[in-house]
Amino acid sequence: MNKISIERLNFFYKDKQVIRDLSLEIEANKILSVFGPSNSGITTFLRSLNRLYDLVPEARMEGLILLDGKDIHAKDVSLTELRRRVGMVFDVPTPLPLSIFDNVAYGPRLGGVKSRAKLMETVEEALRMAALWDEVQNRLDIPAMSLSGGQQQRLCVARVLALKPEVVLLDRPCSGLDPISTAKIEESLCELKKRFTIVIAPHNVQQAGRISDRAAFMLSGELVEEDSAQMIFSNPKNSRTNDYITGRFG
Amino acid sequence: MIKFKEKLSGRIFFALALSSISVLALITVFIVVKGAPMLGAVGGLSWDPEYGEFGIIPMVIGTLAVTLGAAVIGVPVGICCAIFLAEFAPLKMRNIFRPAIQLLAGIPSVVYGFWGLMFIVPFIRDHLGGAGLSILAGSVVLAIMILPTIISISEVALLSLPPHYKTGSLALGLTHWQTIYHLMLPAAKSGIMAAVILGIGRAVGETMAVILVLGNAVAIPDSILSSVRTLTTSIGIEMGYAEGMHQEALFATGIVLFVMIMIINSLAQYVVRKK
Ligand SMILES: Nc1ncnc2c1ncn2[C@@H]1O[C@H](COP(=O)(O)OP(=O)(O)OP(=O)(O)O)[C@@H](O)[C@H]1O
Ligand SMILES: [Mg+2]
Repeated sequence: MNKISIERLNFFYKDKQVIRDLSLEIEANKILSVFGPSNSGITTFLRSLNRLYDLVPEARMEGLILLDGKDIHAKDVSLTELRRRVGMVFDVPTPLPLSIFDNVAYGPRLGGVKSRAKLMETVEEALRMAALWDEVQNRLDIPAMSLSGGQQQRLCVARVLALKPEVVLLDRPCSGLDPISTAKIEESLCELKKRFTIVIAPHNVQQAGRISDRAAFMLSGELVEEDSAQMIFSNPKNSRTNDYITGRFG
Repeated sequence: MIKFKEKLSGRIFFALALSSISVLALITVFIVVKGAPMLGAVGGLSWDPEYGEFGIIPMVIGTLAVTLGAAVIGVPVGICCAIFLAEFAPLKMRNIFRPAIQLLAGIPSVVYGFWGLMFIVPFIRDHLGGAGLSILAGSVVLAIMILPTIISISEVALLSLPPHYKTGSLALGLTHWQTIYHLMLPAAKSGIMAAVILGIGRAVGETMAVILVLGNAVAIPDSILSSVRTLTTSIGIEMGYAEGMHQEALFATGIVLFVMIMIINSLAQYVVRKK
């Protein structure tokens, strides 16, 4: 069984349709890139997977999203649990106004982990996975806001990993980052997929090519095609995909 | 020509600013000059101008008691209202509540006092005993009066937090309440503190509302049902007929009040800047 199955997802803000009839299977322990030109509805798609759009009063969704075969909109689903299982990194760094340590420990602590030693262990593990530990291990108690943009973004990755999620959604995690930070994040992603299922909105087509196992091309709210990354980037079936990755539009 | 106009209007604004500042300075100097001679004599426990006793300690205690009471009642209610308006109220409700609260701030304070006299005082008399004219009555009336200040400033503090604090926290699987309690309130702390301090400052300086409901007895209170007199009401009641040393003692009372409010306001400034 696939980790996430999406059946005929339609998404609206008020009357404006942002996602059209999208069906997609997401395999466990793979990296899926969802890419496309700006305004294709990619952020909306990612946020629908952990129901973050619940915050937007005028948003409306139709269709079915199954996580491990269970409807995420079912009445007995706890939003808290869903969002811990399906973690999200946003397209801009969003450090909380806390110390580095507390940014990472915040989720686990309020999720019920009380012992300082256990928290410390979780924080260290998460920071290592996000390739940030070496840079911050000596100053865990400084405000997260004083880190560089690239470090902040990796902190946000660590914060999500500390929740021990099953799926990690990354919305352009490398926008605004320098090539070295980007390389660090990409490297850790390839390591992380052994433990998590990763859905990423890549920074660009090149990045999608470097890191993905599967790739999905979205255009104006439609899923044009989804296939193995190799196929999509070398031999796409749809001409619109081909046009986009060869840079003929978008 | 244009340059001349620029210069002229600059001068005019400067003159206007200067005159309002100098009026303030003049008032301060006036109070200090009038009150200074008696400032050394107001430290006692007993106020009886006819017998030359000018101790204002009972009034200081009265002011502190009533203000503290107002804060204890008004601050939690005000902050809860602000949280409700900023985080939970549907847009329509917010659009009704916000102007209503502004309106509350515009009601003359004597009206609050009158209302307190008609409803709070008899309620206390009937249910808790005593004359009803009491610290408790004053605290309730003042608490209501400072609500608009506390609510509107705290609400702004909450609404001006970057939206990603909330989204980020919810995305980490925290509930809305956990997010408010563990993240948003601490992040908005300095704004909320300023709201509280400004509210308290308003309570300390209030006269008309409390003059009607405190009973104005000059005595050190022994319970929240005791009648007290505050610094402001003392001045308000006696200034009309006071002469000589008595009048100077009232001016000295004014200096004490002035200093208290200055301290409170600078505290508010400090808290906001520290952020
Ligand atoms: N909260 C919202 N309220 C109303 N409309 C929204 C909201 N969020 C997104 N939209 C609309 O949905 C459409 C798709 O937005 P979305 O952010 O999903 O696109 P995207 O593919 O992530 O774009 P980008 O590549 O620029 O990040 C846009 O037209 C946008 O205006
Ligand atoms: Mg986006």
